[in-house]
Amino acid sequence: MKRRKLDPAEATANFAKGADDRFQAATPLRGLLNKVFPDHWSFLLGEIALFSFIVLLLSGVFLTLFFDPSMQEVAYDGSYLALRGTEMSSAYASSLHLSFEVRGGLFMRQMHHWAALLFMASIIVHMARVFFTGAFRKPREINWVIGVLLFLLGFFAGFTGYSLPDDGLSGTGLRIASAIMLSLPVIGTWLSAAIFGGEYPGELIIGRFYIAHVLLIPGILLALISVHLGIVFKQKHTQWPGPMRTNENVVGERMFPRYAMKQGGFFMAVFGVIALMAGLFQINPIWNFGPYRAAEVSSASQPDWYVMFMDGLVRLMPNWQIYFGPYSLPPLFWPAVVGLGALFTLPMAYPWLEARKLKDTKSHHLLQRPRDNPERVGIGMMALSFFTVATLSGANDVIADKFHISLNAMTWAGRIGLLIVPPIAYYLSVRICLGLQQHDREVLAHGVETGIIKRLPNGKFVEIHQPLGPVDDHGHPIPLEYRGWVVPKKMNKIGALAPAVKGFFFPVEKPAEAPVSPAPITSSKREEIGSKR
Amino acid sequence: MTTAHHGGTGTPVDVHDPKLTRFDIVKEGLRRDDIEIVTYESQFQGPNSKAEKRMVRSISLLFLIAGLFALAFLVFYIVWPWKFEMGHTRSDYYTPILGVTLGISLFALGIAILAWAKKLLPHELSIQQRHGDPSSDEDRLITGQTAMYVADELGVQRRPLLKGAIALGMAPLGLAAAAPLVGGLIKNPHGDPEPMMYRTGFDPVPNGNKPVRLSREDGSPIRPEDVSAGGQLTVYPAIPGGATNKYADSPTLLIHLRADDAATARAAADGDKNGRNKGSMWGNYVAYSKICTHAGCPASLYEQQTNRLLCPCHQSQFDIVDNAQPIFGPATRRLPMLPLSVDDEGFFVATSDFKDTVGPDFWERP
Repeated sequence: MKRRKLDPAEATANFAKGADDRFQAATPLRGLLNKVFPDHWSFLLGEIALFSFIVLLLSGVFLTLFFDPSMQEVAYDGSYLALRGTEMSSAYASSLHLSFEVRGGLFMRQMHHWAALLFMASIIVHMARVFFTGAFRKPREINWVIGVLLFLLGFFAGFTGYSLPDDGLSGTGLRIASAIMLSLPVIGTWLSAAIFGGEYPGELIIGRFYIAHVLLIPGILLALISVHLGIVFKQKHTQWPGPMRTNENVVGERMFPRYAMKQGGFFMAVFGVIALMAGLFQINPIWNFGPYRAAEVSSASQPDWYVMFMDGLVRLMPNWQIYFGPYSLPPLFWPAVVGLGALFTLPMAYPWLEARKLKDTKSHHLLQRPRDNPERVGIGMMALSFFTVATLSGANDVIADKFHISLNAMTWAGRIGLLIVPPIAYYLSVRICLGLQQHDREVLAHGVETGIIKRLPNGKFVEIHQPLGPVDDHGHPIPLEYRGWVVPKKMNKIGALAPAVKGFFFPVEKPAEAPVSPAPITSSKREEIGSKR
Repeated sequence: MTTAHHGGTGTPVDVHDPKLTRFDIVKEGLRRDDIEIVTYESQFQGPNSKAEKRMVRSISLLFLIAGLFALAFLVFYIVWPWKFEMGHTRSDYYTPILGVTLGISLFALGIAILAWAKKLLPHELSIQQRHGDPSSDEDRLITGQTAMYVADELGVQRRPLLKGAIALGMAPLGLAAAAPLVGGLIKNPHGDPEPMMYRTGFDPVPNGNKPVRLSREDGSPIRPEDVSAGGQLTVYPAIPGGATNKYADSPTLLIHLRADDAATARAAADGDKNGRNKGSMWGNYVAYSKICTHAGCPASLYEQQTNRLLCPCHQSQFDIVDNAQPIFGPATRRLPMLPLSVDDEGFFVATSDFKDTVGPDFWERP
């Protein structure tokens, strides 16, 4: 019998046919392969968060194989001699075991921690990009709200995560968390007792935080991230204004192959950077902190950086206690509960507040350059400077120590700074935006400075400007309209210089003929005000 | 996604036409998805350009570097001494080596893929129409009416009895679902047998009404001469487990003041407005709860010169010669003072529990 020859092309085609018979996949798949994405470096900031999250899931699963979320007291007998014989919880002992006696365990622990820090950092930078360019406007308000929720969940994922090793530092963090719960009016003691299963610290909290950290919070995070990306996909990405770009189209490149490849390459690069950091930079050396003891803490006790703003606010709060007859409201309530609440609810409401103020009900798919909405930039800078002052105050004891400043002076500087820095940031950023706007208009009206000085017959010196558009009968440029995109302001941006030659030591290929400088502006280019990229 | 509402622009072509190239068919697909390719051009001059070959070589090199370092990662992972030993040993470099080898491998792979996409693939500029319009008024009407129709069919509006019955049936069931979670977690913070908010390990009642001795972390009792003047010691209740986290509110700072400071402190304690601290010092010794009244960290940094206690968490400062009143920072309440005495055998005891409430403040604190 003759063996049938297997033709790979035919086999693939048959497989594809079979798949389409069953799932009707061909038509939607065509749409997916063809989907166009706009491209700009700032659109990739959110990707860093996504990639860090994937690294978090991968490294986190590894850690669960060795971590024991139990507060059972054991005597340490591992290879770190300095702690041998010390009574500690199983959680702390297993974290030490993971760091010292599991091959590559410390590397995985540090990778998990660095990925978490990067996750939060990239979320903040991504949020800033979305905010300052107005990408949150209709129809994307819901996705903005989901983004804020992702930050909040990341905050709690981080807090529950660094509480798990039950070392000296994380126990102190838990104690403060319990105090924050206690500060709630009426229900405070009941809430703390419910979470800790009785008196602080009890014997349940590590187990409860563990299930929250490995199942509940990542489950919700995963669901919200899926919805977040799904909405981006459905609504299509925003794009910058520019030549050919309108509110009704997407100008860019198709998802496959180039865009998807760039995503994959970027993922690997982010993963590589996290691995480098995990290997080279020590983070959370829990063996130095010892097991948690209620009586022990050292100075320079700082939480992870994304919690520091809250610690800073708590440090700066004056000791204002409010009394209601026999009851009282501790000052801790304001920065920790009200402060955290406001920092999350106000940004969530912002898209609607801005739309209401501007009476704007239209859908926006074109981004705004920050300078074109100075008020928004001012408000954003206010929020960021508030966050920065609060975060720095979270480390004010370290700053005071390193720079030999009085600790009390640092606290007062933070208190005053929290009130006056944001308004200054608002004023300055609004002025800068207006100045940038004005310069754009000036170049559009008069042209680009050439650096050529001309002497007039009457002895006056003038600089010659290269008009960007047509000129009138007297040779004066006809002012152009601003289209919301970069205005070329240097002669080499409008073709006055030859294109760069490829090659490091010698040209790889013969360079193209250099154009006469300045390049003649062809009629087709007169309509555009693009960056010529 | 059907071709029905993606008419597309331009004329359709017959995709079965054998004369069409593959790219022609791709373009027909793009047309159906309302995408127009504006430019699609190779980045190189001609099919055999030197620049292209050079780029291919560079990218191949990057892939090889990725493979080489991944291999190095594996080799080091297996052969490098990894078991932790105290002191400066070769195992110290295990984690950095893993990081560097894996990091370079992944990074090189990433750059290789990026360079492939950015430098080898043709540059393209495509325009896709958004179709971001809302559904048509007709569709909205139909969907809305369908939803109303569903509600009509159920007839909850027409059948008031059903409405009431559903409310009465579902609300308790919802509560029943929430009850185990809430009920299981709930714990009365003021309930018997241990009203946890107001009692510490120094309470004499569980100790058979005998005053509780002060002890070091190892459980040994303390004599007055064990603490020199100007010195301080963290002490715990001398009961089983007194120094563990089970009694997290009990750690106390025993301070031996110098004579002049002690006089000031005693005058302040005896002149205490609510009288709770009266007679709580013993000789020149005073003991304050170590648990900060602000957020519960141990207020453990003792400044001898200024007689201040500083909490390192949020920098509350307490004046130890004035009933540990807060003088700076976010704390509002003084640190509770432990009434001290010395028993027949000459060891420190607490004559009673703390009279102020220990630990962070809360709503119903008396």
